[in-house]
Amino acid sequence: MEPFVRLDALAVPLDRSNVDTDAIIPKQFLKSISRAGFGPNLFDEWRYADCGEPGKPNEGRPLKADFVLNQPRYQGARILLARDNFGCGSSREHAPWALLDYGFRCIIAPSFADIFYNNCFQNGILPVRLPGATVDQLFREVAAAPGARIVVDLPQQTVASPSGAKFAFEIDPFRKDCLIKGLDDIGLTLEHLPAIEAYEARRRGEVPWAFLD
Amino acid sequence: MAPQTLFDKIWNPHVIRTDADGTSLLYIDRHLVHEVTSPQAFDGLRLARRRVRHPEATFAVPDHNVPTRDLDQGIRNPVSRLQVETLEKNCREFGVPLFGLGDIRQGVIHVMAPEQGLTLPGCTVVCGDSHTATHGAFGALAFGIGTSQVEHVLATQTLLQKRPKVMRITVQGSLPAGCTAKDLVLSIIGRIGTAGGTGYAIEFAGAAVAGLSMEGRMTVCNMAIEAGARSGMVAVDDKTIAYLEGRPFAPVGPAWTRAVAAWRQLYSDPGVVFDQELTFQAAEIVPQVSWGTSPEMMAPVNGTVPDPAAEPNPDRRKGMENALHYMGLQAGTPMTAISVDKVFIGSCTNGRIEDLRQAAAIARGRRVAANVKLALVVPGSGLVKQQAEAEGLDRIFIEAGFEWRAPGCSMCLAMNDDVLAAGERCASTSNRNFEGRQGKGGRTHLVSPAMAAAAAVNGHFVDVRTL
Ligand code: SF4
Repeated sequence: MEPFVRLDALAVPLDRSNVDTDAIIPKQFLKSISRAGFGPNLFDEWRYADCGEPGKPNEGRPLKADFVLNQPRYQGARILLARDNFGCGSSREHAPWALLDYGFRCIIAPSFADIFYNNCFQNGILPVRLPGATVDQLFREVAAAPGARIVVDLPQQTVASPSGAKFAFEIDPFRKDCLIKGLDDIGLTLEHLPAIEAYEARRRGEVPWAFLD
Repeated sequence: MAPQTLFDKIWNPHVIRTDADGTSLLYIDRHLVHEVTSPQAFDGLRLARRRVRHPEATFAVPDHNVPTRDLDQGIRNPVSRLQVETLEKNCREFGVPLFGLGDIRQGVIHVMAPEQGLTLPGCTVVCGDSHTATHGAFGALAFGIGTSQVEHVLATQTLLQKRPKVMRITVQGSLPAGCTAKDLVLSIIGRIGTAGGTGYAIEFAGAAVAGLSMEGRMTVCNMAIEAGARSGMVAVDDKTIAYLEGRPFAPVGPAWTRAVAAWRQLYSDPGVVFDQELTFQAAEIVPQVSWGTSPEMMAPVNGTVPDPAAEPNPDRRKGMENALHYMGLQAGTPMTAISVDKVFIGSCTNGRIEDLRQAAAIARGRRVAANVKLALVVPGSGLVKQQAEAEGLDRIFIEAGFEWRAPGCSMCLAMNDDVLAAGERCASTSNRNFEGRQGKGGRTHLVSPAMAAAAAVNGHFVDVRTL
């Protein structure tokens, strides 16, 4: 997992509450054998005028020009500004996979659905909870100035708005540490690699037949 | 030393460390991989730029999606083909040994691995598949895992696990004639229910279990998951060791001698206390037929479809009514009055040589009944198929009107072309009779191989003991 320390990036405002994981990545894409490559189908029904199918090329599909992700000024955004209860619905981990594949590393919203919130951390995405009024201000500032950037500093636990206003956010210290170090469950286990290696060395002597190399 | 259970003797030496909250980091000796639950795991490795930590302890085989005939034409279904090709590509990229299509060893993963001697006593075995419990028949600790855990094992050769409780199920006496390992496990599930083993590792013990062949023990452990337990296991004895000797991946020479000495310790010590103990009498077991849409909905073949009205618990009553509606059955119907449209003999539960012998013994000299549209025999692996052909079992089946197919999961879950049409009724030697398992609207009755063959030649369920 890519470590998350500080992110200075373009933010895109998605002005809807209760965005569910079906909207984030529609069910037909779950047949995929991959966890990469969902980016072009992120928010598929909102982004495209036609219906997306797995395996169907996305280049040249008719875009819905008014959808915020399609606006030229937001191309290359890595921060998603969202409203209440983002990521509700099905527990599919394909939702954070799609957001990550598109390029998002941070989502700022007043609240998140529980499973989605947890899934973000497993995939190196930082979900930031800020009060509704603060998120409102970020929405306004981002809309006011094309090219406006937001700076998210995880060690400091702050979000800086385009105008320079700074807001502190809360995060579980364990989660924070994992994100900064880029550790998912596998990463955490690999922190015990010396213990695993010592175990293997000892077991090779005790039960050599269990080892095939 | 304090007395230990078989489970303790395998779990304890595999714990690398334990957290304050009781989560243990468990070492995994064997990791089995198939095409359906592995692609995202390999993809995760790629994304994180990780390698497979022990490719030589990881073994892959395509089984769920493979066609059981016209193999020379490849896999026609594009989604299936892509999954199998992805497995091949991932194995090449990560150096994982693959028993691919066309390899005589290819077959259902839980048939192939023991056959190759990959499953050894005292080992931990995992696979992204719930029927991994099968391998516990060798005195191993074997259980199914999810795709994110598959990735975890690929990357670390370990798994984070909480210790389950341990239950011993003792089956005393010996199985009556006509009753098989399948009837034994189905009747246990019928008694304790699909949640009866939830949270437990089950050890199957007692004279009736000791009396089973290794194939029979695999059938019993295979269905531990249907009783809600993630693992089932049987102590090591002479049969275990005889089965393993000379298998391609089993140790040889002095290593074999040393291994056998260690394996002989793999039993529950006298006087050890289990979290739960259940005892059954083998003499009471009757050939079983499932009547509903859960493996606990079992009836003896000489019994009748149960009446929901007699069930006091309203939730269970509703469940029974729904099941009977889906299955198109009336309460009170004798099980032997239920006719079948298709018959499936195969799967990781009953696709081994002994299963095919039992079915062939019934099929010999008889004919598949006119009302049976299709009677499929799908060997569990290429080697089972070869062995059966060497014994002439294929001829017996073909002459009786059965179709003799190539190995794979086939109609156990109908991911290939072998499916039930809506409303079709099937006598199946597989392990799950869930709605739609063998095809949308298909009706599955779980039975032993002999009972399936008997249903095929009679067109309806019959008591094999009367044939
Ligand atoms: S035979 Fe059936 S139960 Fe066994 S692994 Fe295949 S699909 Fe799963």
